Amino acid sequence: MGSLYQRDFGQHPLPYSPGYKTTVARSPSLPLLSMPSTITEETGPVFGHEMLADLDNDLTCNFTGRPAIGERIIVHGRVTDQERRPQRGVLIEVWQANAGGRYRHRKDGYLAPLDPDFGGCGRCITDDEGRYEFHTIKPGAYPWPNGTNDWRPAHIHFSIFGTGFGQRLITQMYFEGDPLIPRCPIIATIPDPKVAERLVAPLDMAMAMPMDSLAYRFDIVLRGRRQTTFENRMEGL
Amino acid sequence: MVQKLETFHETPSQTAGPYVHIGCTPNFIGVEGIYSADLGAADPFPDAGDTITLVGRVIDGTGTPLRDCMVEFWQADGGGRYRPGQGFARRPADAETGEWRLVTVKPGRVPFSDKVMQAPHIAVWIAARGINLGLHTRIYFEDEDNDGDPLLGRIELRHRVPTLVARRDGGVYRHDIVLKGEGETVFLDI
Repeated sequence: MGSLYQRDFGQHPLPYSPGYKTTVARSPSLPLLSMPSTITEETGPVFGHEMLADLDNDLTCNFTGRPAIGERIIVHGRVTDQERRPQRGVLIEVWQANAGGRYRHRKDGYLAPLDPDFGGCGRCITDDEGRYEFHTIKPGAYPWPNGTNDWRPAHIHFSIFGTGFGQRLITQMYFEGDPLIPRCPIIATIPDPKVAERLVAPLDMAMAMPMDSLAYRFDIVLRGRRQTTFENRMEGL
Repeated sequence: MVQKLETFHETPSQTAGPYVHIGCTPNFIGVEGIYSADLGAADPFPDAGDTITLVGRVIDGTGTPLRDCMVEFWQADGGGRYRPGQGFARRPADAETGEWRLVTVKPGRVPFSDKVMQAPHIAVWIAARGINLGLHTRIYFEDEDNDGDPLLGRIELRHRVPTLVARRDGGVYRHDIVLKGEGETVFLDI
């Protein structure tokens, strides 16, 4: 359980990003307090498979049992840390709009209809190699009140627990080739387009299931851990 | 020429957005039947007898409480031990008042280094629409001895220390987290 690598903020969006209007009042104006991680950040909750139901990672049918409408896809990948060590047994939660871009949430008043057979959430726990897999419907783009004509690209929200609370991460996955990606103010909160590119999942025909589902691959990297020494003691002492 | 460092970059963060509940607390917004219970909805130490209650809000730079945020908590037990199956909680802000409430145990002291113990604290992580990268902070307690805590000791502007300390208010601890402006809470790069 080594200490966590210091976070590289150049790999993240800027908190204050006026192109995404809600950040203006919700971004701290003073610098963060920097501090080496402690046992509080190096440990974190552990979730066991007993919490999962059979269909938790299958959004195509986990709401009513009947198949949802839309483009059937598999989203899969690996969760590793910055040293490419697999993050085993970590919980991933996803949520998304339906094929028409409508969320099952009382605050979403978009006129595209709800799909009676699509809830929009799923979760799974990574295997021994850090792999995860979801079956779902490709979400639609949708408009949002930011600029007068802003539309989110198709995306799936990801929430990932590492093995330490300091690794906690929420992000969004986008789809290869979507022309809305370079127009999106939320993606543009990441100043470096090369960094933002890592959120765009490529089509993965090798994992597509013939006559069933296309596939996209989305790999996730969490903060790494030092491993040679622990605090001021030699390892093992 | 030198070797390349074989370290990789962390995946960039993105905002949790206004519909974070669908994925993280679906039962709370009435998306029922997928998960039997929302993750982290139970108390962090369900079998504990001696509990405290923490109440708070997250407030934006205009003084308005966030009614769409999600707050997560991670803490040691009363004896100062982190336990894998316990100690975690997740609370969505109340949709009307923005308030969250946590019934838990007062954590014991946990070590920082050989010589130093940290004062009792709960780690807090905040995700919401308009927050591009989840914010880490901590909650300490005003009725504990916080002198000598290594993290509080690093806060150069001493008048900001109380932004991390919950106040006793009758039978509960009250702790508002201010994202921006006057009384801005100390957030952590840890």
